[in-house]
Amino acid sequence: MIIKRTIDMTKQSDDVIVKTLSRLLIPFMQIYALYVIAHGHYSPGGGFQGGVILGASIILLVITYGLDNALRKMSERLNTILCSTGVLIYAGIGLLCLILGGNYLDYAELDQILHVGIAQARSLGILGVEVGVGVTVMAGMISIFLDIATGGLPSGKIEGLRD
Amino acid sequence: MIWQLDLILLLFVLICAIGALTVKDLLGAVIILGAYSFFMCILWTEMGAVDVAFTEAAVGAGIGTVLFIAAVSKTKRRSKD
Repeated sequence: MIIKRTIDMTKQSDDVIVKTLSRLLIPFMQIYALYVIAHGHYSPGGGFQGGVILGASIILLVITYGLDNALRKMSERLNTILCSTGVLIYAGIGLLCLILGGNYLDYAELDQILHVGIAQARSLGILGVEVGVGVTVMAGMISIFLDIATGGLPSGKIEGLRD
Repeated sequence: MIWQLDLILLLFVLICAIGALTVKDLLGAVIILGAYSFFMCILWTEMGAVDVAFTEAAVGAGIGTVLFIAAVSKTKRRSKD
């Protein structure tokens, strides 16, 4: 028995309710994700959760507006660059502390270049690390979803395979 | 924490887990797994682990469901066993 595939996650939805609702929802999701990342070091949440919510907003764009429209906003090239940039921010802050004479990720040493006091330097250091984690997790989640939903094919070749 | 509420929530978690394992329709199983994640999230919030509950809500009920649906859309919807 052949069951026809009923879901195609990379096709543009033709329901006006779904499209309007997601267009209204996506900006608020992204603002909330930035809030979670920015307040991660003294309240529940953090880089990982905020990054997942940021990635979910782009995935919602792919589901409702189709892969082609979403890739115009967030190309796979930009996605790969962001994925590496986040790791660079994380490791860069750690190595900066090492260069300034402390241990790896010892944020107190950042006071020598920021001149804001040791406590504030620690707070800013962990904030920078959270931002790095958030960027990497966002790009990673989008990359995993695109690989599963398109079967790992480049975006130009999917149209021909669609039945 | 209130142990009666814990017990009720644990019962719901158990029902959802057994349901996700026994349902033949794979898309239905994914949705039940999302409900399982949601009840787990409420249970963790009730026990005071807000950070874990946040992660469960974002990853388990949010991204996990979407990834499973994407995987189901690449294969047949009905399971044979």
